Formats: sequence, structure tokens, C-alpha cells
Amino acid sequence: MNRLPAPFLAGLRHRLFWPCVTLALLCLVNFYFNRGFFDIEIKNGALYGSVIDILNRAAPLMLVAMGMTLVIATRGIDISVGATVAISGAVVASMIGGSLVIQNGVQSYVSNVPMPLAILGALAVALLCGLWNGLLVAGAGMQPIIATLILMVAGRGIAQLITAGQIVTVYYEPFFFIGNGFLLGIPVSLYIVAVVLIALLLLIHRTALGLFIQAVGINPVAARFSGISARALVFWVYAFCAVTAGIAAMIITSNVKSADGNNAGLLLELDAILAVTLGGTSLAGGRFSIVGSLIGALIIQTLTYAIYSLGVPPEINMVVKALVVFAVCLIQSDALRAMLARHVLRTGEAA
Amino acid sequence: MNLSRHINARTLPLIVTSLLFVALFGFGSIAYTGFFSAQVFINLLIDNAFICVVAIGMTFVIISGGIDLSVGSIVALTTMVTAALVEHHHWSIWAVIPLVLLMGAGFGLLMGVLIHAFQLQPFIVTLGGMFLARGLCYVISIDSISITDESYTQIAQYRLMLGEETFISISALIALAVLAFAIYLAQYTRFGRTVYAIGGNERSALLMGLPIGRTKILVYTLSGLCSALGGVLITFYMLSGYGLHALGLELDAIAAAVIGGTLLTGGVGYVAGSLVGVLILGVIQSLIAFDGTLSSWWTRIAVGVLLCLFCLMQRLFERGSQSFSFLFSYWKKPAEPSNNTDQEASKACLTQVTTRTAA
Repeated sequence: MNRLPAPFLAGLRHRLFWPCVTLALLCLVNFYFNRGFFDIEIKNGALYGSVIDILNRAAPLMLVAMGMTLVIATRGIDISVGATVAISGAVVASMIGGSLVIQNGVQSYVSNVPMPLAILGALAVALLCGLWNGLLVAGAGMQPIIATLILMVAGRGIAQLITAGQIVTVYYEPFFFIGNGFLLGIPVSLYIVAVVLIALLLLIHRTALGLFIQAVGINPVAARFSGISARALVFWVYAFCAVTAGIAAMIITSNVKSADGNNAGLLLELDAILAVTLGGTSLAGGRFSIVGSLIGALIIQTLTYAIYSLGVPPEINMVVKALVVFAVCLIQSDALRAMLARHVLRTGEAA
Repeated sequence: MNLSRHINARTLPLIVTSLLFVALFGFGSIAYTGFFSAQVFINLLIDNAFICVVAIGMTFVIISGGIDLSVGSIVALTTMVTAALVEHHHWSIWAVIPLVLLMGAGFGLLMGVLIHAFQLQPFIVTLGGMFLARGLCYVISIDSISITDESYTQIAQYRLMLGEETFISISALIALAVLAFAIYLAQYTRFGRTVYAIGGNERSALLMGLPIGRTKILVYTLSGLCSALGGVLITFYMLSGYGLHALGLELDAIAAAVIGGTLLTGGVGYVAGSLVGVLILGVIQSLIAFDGTLSSWWTRIAVGVLLCLFCLMQRLFERGSQSFSFLFSYWKKPAEPSNNTDQEASKACLTQVTTRTAA
């Protein structure tokens, strides 16, 4: 075999190698069918282009995937994020509401509740959802799937209750800035993702928190014996995950300018879990990669974009996603690797 | 006393659920006129026949310690394939129904093989199955296909009269037949016992020489088959095929199983409990419909609250199974070997085996 330079081999073995390759391949597929894929132009002082569009649309998923990564790293799972998005979207939309008032020929927007207060309120409600999940998982010791299933079932009902079964439309211009606005030419949602990402990375790499989370994921009992308060950690991880869902809800609600208790964040939990697994974090807990999950979220969004731009009916999207899920599962499977290794050994011996 | 012998931590959830059902039905009978009739009760079965069948399949999966998220999508796919074949290709329903049942079973079989052969998590594999089946629905058609075939509508609208004013539909009868068969399968066959054993402790079951792989694959096949049958029942009920049918049915099925006393960690549960679980979901819906002032989304909240209560109750039993059992120990025979020691023994056996192979 040819000798490859050492840094290259190290890169090949890096955890993020395969997610990055997948993303690059998808981008190339997009480029092949749409030569303008990488073009970015400036219109009205804002950047426009397919890449920017993908980044912008992936923002809610990236946020939720970050929270989900921590949950999965502690051997948990949170399938209630979609419902949390619906609830906190409903809260913010009904608190802002808003109407266009024309006074002396000057248009001005009036909200029911001051916008910062409404956003804080909605995030607090999201936090409450997370605390509830954390209480059930860490406090009562329920299986994470089931504990979060409860909120997933009841959550959409609660969201409907808040919006009184209606789709609440927001008429308040400043609120739209979150999901549609541009700051220095870059979508505002990306700044939000960047702030959360930097805060999270600092917390994980500059403090022992990341190590603790890994320890709990690898062996909760051993982690407890080594002095980590595993329960408190798991509790706050669920709270954090719900808050990221709450922030995502702000972007989603602002982007579509309304809150729909039935459809806001529908199947978001599944996409988030998929993004985390695509990013190389094992569902069995332990080692995790926040950046990997972001790449996973981008892979999903790029895949969706590719499906649209190929002119394939968007309905096929689900089938493709399913095949991706199966493929990722099989790649991560130790049993398959062992099987392949045996096969390779056998053919090696034969030769 | 003979009855008290049957009350223990395993049967108590089922008893509580049954009492709750009676209480809810009794409440409805007192609060709303016209609620207390045989027809309202039978309607619970007729309207929820498909959930019942799906929940029975789900119960087997949960007892074996797994989970199946794909059931709702397989139901939708079944309605779609049935409607497309009957309406667009004018197949006879006697050819279509066995075909879709085979398809559902095949789908489950495939997922079971993936789960067992590659040691994948049931959650993620069935999640993939959920996407795949739902996506295939839309590949067939995005729109709803209504079924107008003569023989199909005849079966769907057939009413078997029970007495003067009460009737029961074919789908409810099928659901009851499936239930009877499932009870037989779970309690009186080798397959059923193996499912319980795997759910209780997979390693012990393996060391006992039980056919783990075959049984696990069969459990998912059975769930797929039940989902397909549930899909056929939905086409009887709605007379259409649609990719959005049965959205979130997997949650209802899991909720029904949990409320019916099936332990989510596996190994404990009764198929009959799932019927009671489904009936409770149905009675909540009927109560809200009879009330008229409450909106339908209260159903979801009520189901969520019930799910939560029953999960907490389960946790209480798990944690306090030692401290709890003393309540009933007065009635127990003294020389009953506890399950725990068996597990300990098999664990010790396993460590011996592994250390030996390591050496």
C-alpha cells in the first residue's frame, strides 16, 4: 500500500471526516445540476445565494441539533422538541400579536406585549418544558423516550390551547427581523446560531462540563462514583435542549410570521436526531461532537435542497431520508464492521 | 382467598386501568344522557378497531423490550396501496388484502432483520422505516384516493345486529378475533414465552438457549402484519387511502400499551391490557364529543396526562417492587423462588463464560 503523509491519515481517521465528505459530495451534486450553486451576490446590502439560503434555512435545525447532541451524549433522547417549538411559538405569537396602526399618516406597529418580554416569556416556557422533561428523566428515572413522549403527545394539545385552535398571525414588523432580517449582509438567524455555538463550545471545552457529559454517557454509574452529580447534569441537559428548541421556535415563527400549533416543528425531533447521528455522535451516548451535529444539520438541508433542485418531486424527500437513516445506522453498526472485517480476513487468508 | 393471589405488581396496573375505564364510562353515563347504552360501548370498539389491532402488535414489541415507530406509516402505506390497487387497477379485494398483509409483514421482517443482524437500535431503525413507508405513500399519490368499489363498500358498511338496536361492524369483529389470537399467542405458546423472556433479560434468555434472533425478527414481523391489518381496517372505516392517514398513530398505540399496563422496559404486560388502554383513549374522545364545549385538543392533553400518571406508577412499582410486594406477601406462598435470583445466577454464569473465553 502507498504510504500517505501522516497528517492526511490523521485527517482520515478524524471523527468529522465522513460527515464533511458527505456534505462536500452533496454540494458537488448540487453544483453539477446547478452551476450557480456556489454563486453569492449582494442585493440591497444582503448576501443572496443557494449556500446562504441553505445556511439560513438550516438555522432552526442546527440550534435544536446542538441541544439534542448533549441529550444524546448522556444516553438520552428528546422527542418532544417539535412540541416545544409549537408551544413556545404559540406563546410568542399570541403575546406579540400586533397590529398595524396608522396615526397621522405615519404607520407604526404595536404589539400586545413588548417584544423582548414576549421573547423572554416564550423562552421561559420552553425552559419549563425542558425542566419537566428533566424532572421525569433525572428525577423520576423514567426512560428518556417515554418521558419526552408525554410532552410530545400533550404538547401540541397545549399549543392548540394557547392559540385557541387558530393559526395566530403576527403583525409586528420588528419581530420579523429575527427570521428574515440581515445584519451586515448575513442572515440574523446565523448570528443566533453562532452565539449559541460559541457559548456552548466555551462551556464544553473551557470547563469540565464536556468531560462530565461524556463520562455520564459512557457509564452513568461510574460517573456517579467518581463524584459527578449525574442526575443534576442530565436534568440541566434536557433544560438546555428545550431552550434551543425555544430559540429555534423564535426563528421559525418569525420566518413564517405565524404560529401553527399543529404543524410548527413537525418531525423536527426526527430531523434533529438524524442530524446528530449524521454528525458522528453515537446514539449509545458518550463521545459527542457539536460541530458534527451542525454539519449533520447542513447535510439534511443540502439534501433537501438537492432534491428540490433536481426536480425530483419533494415527496421523495422522505424516502431519501429513510435510506440515509438506514445507511448511517449500518455504517455505525459494530456488528456490520465485524462482519466485514471477518470477510476481509477470510479473503486475505485465501489469497 | 383466590382472587388476591392474582393481585401483584404485574397485574395491578391492568386492574387500575380497568377500574379507570369503568369509572370514566360510569362518569359519562351519569353526566350525559344517552351515554349509557350498549351501542356507545360497542362504538368504542368500532371506531378504535384499527388502533386496537395496531396496539396489539405494538404490545408484543414493547414486551420484547423494543419499540416500533413505523406502525402509523405502515398503516398509511397499506391504505394507499389498497386504494390504488382497488380503484386504479381494479384488483379484486380478495387478492389485494392478502397482498397488503404480506407487504406489511415483509416490511416488519426487514426491520427486524436489520435490528437483529446488525445490532441496531430498534428506535432508529423503525424511525427509518417510518420515513420510508410515509415517503412511499407520497410516491404512489399525493392526494387522497377514495374507494368506491362495490364489494369493498359492502363489507365496510355491513352491520351485524346484536339484539334490537345494537350492531357491530366487521372491523370490530376482526379486532376481537385478533385480540383472542394474540392472547393465545402470548400466554400459551413457546413464542409468547420467549418474547417475555427476551424482554425480562435478553442475556438470560440467550443463555437459556432460547431462539432470540428468530423471535425478535418475528416480533417486528408480527407488528408489521398488525399494522397492515390496521390499515385495511382503516380503509373499511374511512373508505379511502391517504398518505396522511394515521399520523401519530404510533404514539396512540404506545400510549394504549402503557396505559394497559405494559412495562416499557420490557418483560411485563398483557395483550388484553392494550385493549383496555385503547378503550380508555376512545372513552376520553367520546366524553369530549358528548360534552360538546371542550375542544378536541383536550383529548391529546388528557392522553398525555394519563400517560404520565401511568409511567410514574410504573416507576413506583419498579423502584419499590421489593418494598411494595410485602403488601401482598401475606397471601403469597412462602416458598416461591424470586425472579431476581435467576437473573443473578445467569449473570454470574455469563461472567464466567466471558472470563473463560477471554482467558
